Amino acid sequence: MEDSTLVEIKNLTVWYRVYGGLLRVLDGVNLSVARGQKVGIVGETGCGKTTTVKAILRILPKNAVVPEGTIMFQGRNVLKMRGRELQELRGQGIAMVFQDPTAALNPVFTIGQQIMEVIKYARPGGKAKEWREMAVRALKEAALPDPERLMENYPFQLSGGMRQRVCIAMALATARTLLIADEPTTNLDVTIQDQVLRLVRRLVEEKGTSLILITHSLGVAREMTDLVYVMYAGTMVEVAQTDELFDNPLHPYTLGLLQSIPKLTGGGVTQGIAGRIPDYANPPPGCRFAPRCDQAMPICSERKPALFDAGGGHQVACWRFAAGGEAVA
Amino acid sequence: MGLGRFMVRRLALSLLVLAGLSILIFLIARVVPGDPARLALGPRAPEWAVQSLREEMNLDKPLHVQYYLWLRGLLRGDLGKSLLTRRPVMDDIKEFLPATCEIVLFSALVMAVGGILLGVLSASYPNSWFDNVVRVVAYLGIVTPSFVWAVIFVLIFGYIWPILPVIGRLEMTVEAPPVFTGFLLLDSLIFGKYEAFWDGLRHLILPSVALALGGMAQAARITRSSLMENMGKDYALAQVAYGIPWRVTLGKYLLKPSLIPTVSVMALDIAALFANAFLVELVFNYPGISGYGIRAMLNKDVNAISGVIMVMGVIFTGVNIIVDLVVAYLDPRVRLVGGSQSG
Repeated sequence: MEDSTLVEIKNLTVWYRVYGGLLRVLDGVNLSVARGQKVGIVGETGCGKTTTVKAILRILPKNAVVPEGTIMFQGRNVLKMRGRELQELRGQGIAMVFQDPTAALNPVFTIGQQIMEVIKYARPGGKAKEWREMAVRALKEAALPDPERLMENYPFQLSGGMRQRVCIAMALATARTLLIADEPTTNLDVTIQDQVLRLVRRLVEEKGTSLILITHSLGVAREMTDLVYVMYAGTMVEVAQTDELFDNPLHPYTLGLLQSIPKLTGGGVTQGIAGRIPDYANPPPGCRFAPRCDQAMPICSERKPALFDAGGGHQVACWRFAAGGEAVA
Repeated sequence: MGLGRFMVRRLALSLLVLAGLSILIFLIARVVPGDPARLALGPRAPEWAVQSLREEMNLDKPLHVQYYLWLRGLLRGDLGKSLLTRRPVMDDIKEFLPATCEIVLFSALVMAVGGILLGVLSASYPNSWFDNVVRVVAYLGIVTPSFVWAVIFVLIFGYIWPILPVIGRLEMTVEAPPVFTGFLLLDSLIFGKYEAFWDGLRHLILPSVALALGGMAQAARITRSSLMENMGKDYALAQVAYGIPWRVTLGKYLLKPSLIPTVSVMALDIAALFANAFLVELVFNYPGISGYGIRAMLNKDVNAISGVIMVMGVIFTGVNIIVDLVVAYLDPRVRLVGGSQSG
């Protein structure tokens, strides 16, 4: 492990206990984020992107179990943290911006009260006046107009875009080493999406914060990130530098994703990928994508493919590339 | 500033409601069959005596004139004379209302504190044995009418395990304070009769708890379910993710929005306490306004009926305004609707 590595997830497995069985959602996820790096996780709804990042913050629902795997953050295993350590991880290490800003803000407290509370626990021992100044500065940094007045406002008095800016301000009000943004623009108008994404990029670049951006939009990933993980049904199927991935996609699922983007000029709606994400209670043996894959081979439904190196840091979990490269994980 | 306008609007509406109520109860009390004067004097009274009582009470005049005269009296604080007690209705109410208010206030306190506390504890340890016991007991509390609890309490504490008094407001042997406010506990404190205060408090416990149990169970259930619902919201998760300790998140950031439905429902329960108080007062032989009101209705004591209901109406609207204020404090969306951006 290099020194510059901030987050290193190895073989992370997460199950959800539900009535009548187990949902084997994450199946040996590997992910690594370097300091200052912007990493994207791309995949369709329900593929385990959010579960992965919630595991990093240890905010998985109560019915989740983690039978295997490690999550190292700055050299310490998050899964073994307790009490104070966990509090420090959340208050000072990592911050998260949620998908729906309306749900992520408490409806009956003012913006000011909420941001100041976050600052209070992130920087214990300060004074209320300092917290207030920091909160106002954070709102200003998030390009929100009239931050002083905004402090007294309630979330319902703001527009969706402003609410998400407030959430970003809250996440970055105090110094953090990692920002996790879980589809931060999915619930916003198209015209606002771009502004919010630019804001996130500007802030993480200015502050040198690492970023994990979850998105189902390949376009967003291409614009925002240095490194992209493509996720399918609880496994990472392909990892590459962003440009490399778009120039030279290898995994059949990635190809399918790229082909499903509707084109603005001609062609109309595309075919997409046939089939659906598998049933997590009874996942297919071998490669989880095999049942939907048009290039599947006999081995695909028997053994799970490891991540094979395809050169230049490009890794792909597909048996079709087993011959060329050697297994790296 | 949003709150001021909110209150003015709310008060104006309440006055309108009370005006409507006054017409309604005036009419209903008089339209119900039976001649109040004849009922009051009995079947053997001579016709001239009945006739003169009718004239004295304006019962011989047309309804709208009667209403006008009654309303004029009402605004002066004169509710007419009771046919049953032969005293001004106002005096009767002054005598009986404080006792009931004492029970109801105490009950409301037990209901609010007990209900919210149980609800929060239940939600903090969901599906634990404690939670399960609270939930089962809450069902029992809701389905059992308060007078049944009253009878059970009298049986237990009056017969099997006599540690609390089950009759009346004060022991005969305890020196009572002079009547000043009519509230026994308050009067005892004002005049320094601490023995009477303590004894009065002991007399209050059983009727109040019997009365409160239903609403308390309801409040506990609603607090639990709305807390549980809010625990699942993103903002609860977000606060944990930002490093705010769970007990702060639960006790401050989740409790406040969760209390909104509790308080709204509790308002109805507190108002219903006055109605339920009747049978409880009867079981504990406690002298209160509910018993007086029922006696008035059975005897078609028109002035007493209208008077008691009017007073109840004023109390109901008062409770409602207080609850609206509490909800407005808890929920800025109520307080600031139509208000300016700066709130």
